[in-house]
Amino acid sequence: MSGHPDGTLRRALSALRHDPPAVAGTAVLLLLLVVGVAGRWLAPDGVNDVDVDGILRPPSLDHLFGTDELGRDVLSRVLVAARVSLEVGLVSVGIALLVGVTVGLLAGWYRGWVDNVLMRGMDVLFAFPVLLLAVAIVAVLGPGLLTAMVAIGVVYTPIFARVTRAGVLSVREQVFVRAAVSIGASDARIIRRHVLPNIAAPLIVQTSLSLAFAILSEAALSFLGLGIQPPDPAWGRMLYDGRGFVTEAWWLGVFPGAAIFLTVLAFNLVGDALRDVLDPRQLTVGEARRSRR
Amino acid sequence: MRERTDRPTRPGRAGATDRHEPAGPDIAEPVLAIEDLTVTIGTRRGPARAVAGVDWSVRAGQTLALVGESGSGKSLTVLAATGLAPRTARVTGRVRLLGEELTALPEPRRRRLRGRHVGFVFQDPMTSLNPVLTVGRQVTEACEEHLGMTRRQARERAVELLDLVGIPSPRQRVDAYPHQFSGGMRQRVVIAMALSCEPDLLIADEPTTALDVTTQAQIVELIADLRRRLGTAVVWITHDLGVVAGVADTVAVMYGGRIVEQGPVDAVFDAPSHPYTRALLAARPGPGVRDGDLPAIQGSPPSPLDLPAGCAFWPRCPVRGDARCEHELPPLVPVAPGHRVRTFYPLSEDA
Amino acid sequence: MTADPAAPAADPGETVADPGEIVAELDNLRVWFPAPGGAAVRAVDGVSLGIRRGETLGLVGESGSGKSTTGLALLRLVDATCGSVRVGGRDVTWWSRRQLRGLRRRVAMVFQDPQASLDPRRTIGASVAEPLVVHRLVDSADARRRRVAELLEMVGLRADLADRHPHELSGGQRQRVGIARALAGEPDLIVLDEPIASLDLSVQAQIMNLLRGLQRDLGLTYLFIAHDLAAVEHMSDRVAVMYLGRIVETGTPEQLYGQPAHPYTAALLSAIPVADPKVERHRRRIILSGDIPSPVDPPSGCRFRTRCPQARPDCAEVDPVLVEVAAGQWAACRYAGEAVRAMRAGTVGEETVH
Repeated sequence: MSGHPDGTLRRALSALRHDPPAVAGTAVLLLLLVVGVAGRWLAPDGVNDVDVDGILRPPSLDHLFGTDELGRDVLSRVLVAARVSLEVGLVSVGIALLVGVTVGLLAGWYRGWVDNVLMRGMDVLFAFPVLLLAVAIVAVLGPGLLTAMVAIGVVYTPIFARVTRAGVLSVREQVFVRAAVSIGASDARIIRRHVLPNIAAPLIVQTSLSLAFAILSEAALSFLGLGIQPPDPAWGRMLYDGRGFVTEAWWLGVFPGAAIFLTVLAFNLVGDALRDVLDPRQLTVGEARRSRR
Repeated sequence: MRERTDRPTRPGRAGATDRHEPAGPDIAEPVLAIEDLTVTIGTRRGPARAVAGVDWSVRAGQTLALVGESGSGKSLTVLAATGLAPRTARVTGRVRLLGEELTALPEPRRRRLRGRHVGFVFQDPMTSLNPVLTVGRQVTEACEEHLGMTRRQARERAVELLDLVGIPSPRQRVDAYPHQFSGGMRQRVVIAMALSCEPDLLIADEPTTALDVTTQAQIVELIADLRRRLGTAVVWITHDLGVVAGVADTVAVMYGGRIVEQGPVDAVFDAPSHPYTRALLAARPGPGVRDGDLPAIQGSPPSPLDLPAGCAFWPRCPVRGDARCEHELPPLVPVAPGHRVRTFYPLSEDA
Repeated sequence: MTADPAAPAADPGETVADPGEIVAELDNLRVWFPAPGGAAVRAVDGVSLGIRRGETLGLVGESGSGKSTTGLALLRLVDATCGSVRVGGRDVTWWSRRQLRGLRRRVAMVFQDPQASLDPRRTIGASVAEPLVVHRLVDSADARRRRVAELLEMVGLRADLADRHPHELSGGQRQRVGIARALAGEPDLIVLDEPIASLDLSVQAQIMNLLRGLQRDLGLTYLFIAHDLAAVEHMSDRVAVMYLGRIVETGTPEQLYGQPAHPYTAALLSAIPVADPKVERHRRRIILSGDIPSPVDPPSGCRFRTRCPQARPDCAEVDPVLVEVAAGQWAACRYAGEAVRAMRAGTVGEETVH
């Protein structure tokens, strides 16, 4: 609405630039984005080019990441799978974030019966074993990538609802919220302008954690044959498939595993830095000194 | 110099009046004396010199008031002197408790001396008490350890202490929990706790700031009365000049980590000679100044992170002397016997 | 409860022009909060007062007296259990949420802790502009910026502080921001809830001067709620003393501080420490025993009787109403004046601690 939030964002971004881990994390995320968009063209071989003479080859100059039990190039499959894995992570966490935060805001702000109904619902979801719930959702909607994303999203919704509600309950008791009420601000405005920004930190941390788990959940679902369908590659799926070859062909698990690890790490680094930098109190000291007169 | 720890401890005795009979040459020895105390705190933004070159002492049966605003270093001075400063603080200077040099002692010995001879009362009685223990247990916790009492002796002692600080029907209340007490009564419990080992020194850090004025008056009277009866030395930290006038024998006014004026309470209030002290006294609304503006001090107290080179008060000073004030630290100079002021331009009485 | 002494007009509700226009008025207001076990915390229990345009009404009391709740009721930040709240001649006691937004433009509030009352994530400019945005008082970003700069300058701050965040300001500066924000909607009444209590001593005088200066220049009306009696005396045209949910005495500062009629007022005054060691050493202090009773179960009859040094047997039976003891001075004590004289005559020195 005004120039001020932009100012905050600008200062936040410039502060981000001076944080080496955040720079590294951002670089990895950008790389992933490129790979996700252009993986199919970057891949040296086709994902499903079977080579029966060259199965389970260790990494070499021909196949940097080696080949799998069907002689397919692991590097190509890792690159192409990036898209699916990122999609699953972002879409499912996006669903969880949207639904969970909405539920948590309503429950925490209005309390009373709204809180009871919504949070008991979340408790029910939370009480189910993750996979059982996902399987049930897939059973209703039929297998497929989209179903897997919805299922994972639903599974992670209660966590976001709880984190949000806890934050709202503490922020709503702050004097500045009462001050906003006292000038006649509407509930929607108070929630948007005062509550949400002040509960952003735990939400950002939760988001970066959940992204990691969502990518791994996709693997579990795929393994059960409920997520992405073979022969299309996905990191989680590849990790699971490589499990059977740990002793004779380590590269089948290590490279998709490393991809997941790097992605998760990058999300976490950027998430942490964002959390710090979006807090105005964390900005530079010189400004604080100059403002005193 | 006498060793106090071996004094016979009579646990069954309420604070009797015969303690601290000013006997012999001992009277001249201050209970607590600090010299050239300096505290530097390492912060993310670099070292902050929170206290610098502070000297004062307090004798048995006397009250020293440390006055100042936030960031003046008044609380930190006392915490550092008693070894309770935060870990990031570097403390230099000399501190003598009952004649014993504290800074030279190893921490376990210092802790024992502190526990045995110093009682603390802090601002917020609620956070000073553990909500899940009965007040009786808490009141005597320290002396059980330091005086080696049995459970039964401790309980008896707790009842006596609660009685001493004016809690009605102490035998019933001894088993109550802190939340069952009102704010004023809780502060009495905290005072009882501080007195449990019959300390020689009571440190009261803003003990009435969180209380209402009628309750404040009760607590002020209580501490003054206990001091008279027990002969305890009291260091009273406060920002309230009215409280100072009522409780203190001597006053040290702090600003920006240094003492700017110190002396007997009458001298400081009758003839405030530092521009800060005088401005502070003038800025209080009082009877008869209904009309017109209060003579306010401009600006805010300085942060310990960013103190001026010379006089810390210079940027806000109504006198504002000259360039020397800005660049050179004024020394603490006597203006009357026992009355010292840190300024190049002490104000005379009729200024 | 029939008398309405704090409202100066003889017949309440009449909005006469000139000296007596009533900006806001409480009539027999009760605010009870539910307590465990079906009981009620009677935070405010029958308060009537009126605030005239351009004046400062000081509301003094200790914690638990209900003074802050009374202030909140004027903005309908708490709901009345019974009685009425009138602002600008209109009964707002049961206004809808929608109507309340309008009320909260006419009545603004300044809070005790300026650090807590500003959103740490928003800039000073955004905080000051919020009332302008909420009530659509400006129609462009440019107009908003100009108005924010003007408001900041009115409270003695540089306009460029608008881009800072609260943590970059000192306590006094933050309270100035709180005041600028309260001024933004050009309210008819500003409720000042302990506006100087959490500030450094040297800064308190600045803020009091600022508030008085703004009142002079803009013709503001204040309800000044504080426990600091000296500050209330300095700031107020009239003072009301509260105890346990009731007003026990009202009058001009000269009347209350010079000739208090209610024993509680006298005790409160005598408890304020004076910054003069000689006075402190020789003054006779009326020290009340015990603490303020629980507002869940207030004493019968006069609520102060359990701590009153001059309580008589019949004080437990009759609930005293405010009676006029001097022109414009009202006290809720059956022995008003007489009790205070007896208290002051009695020596207090010895029977201090019980």
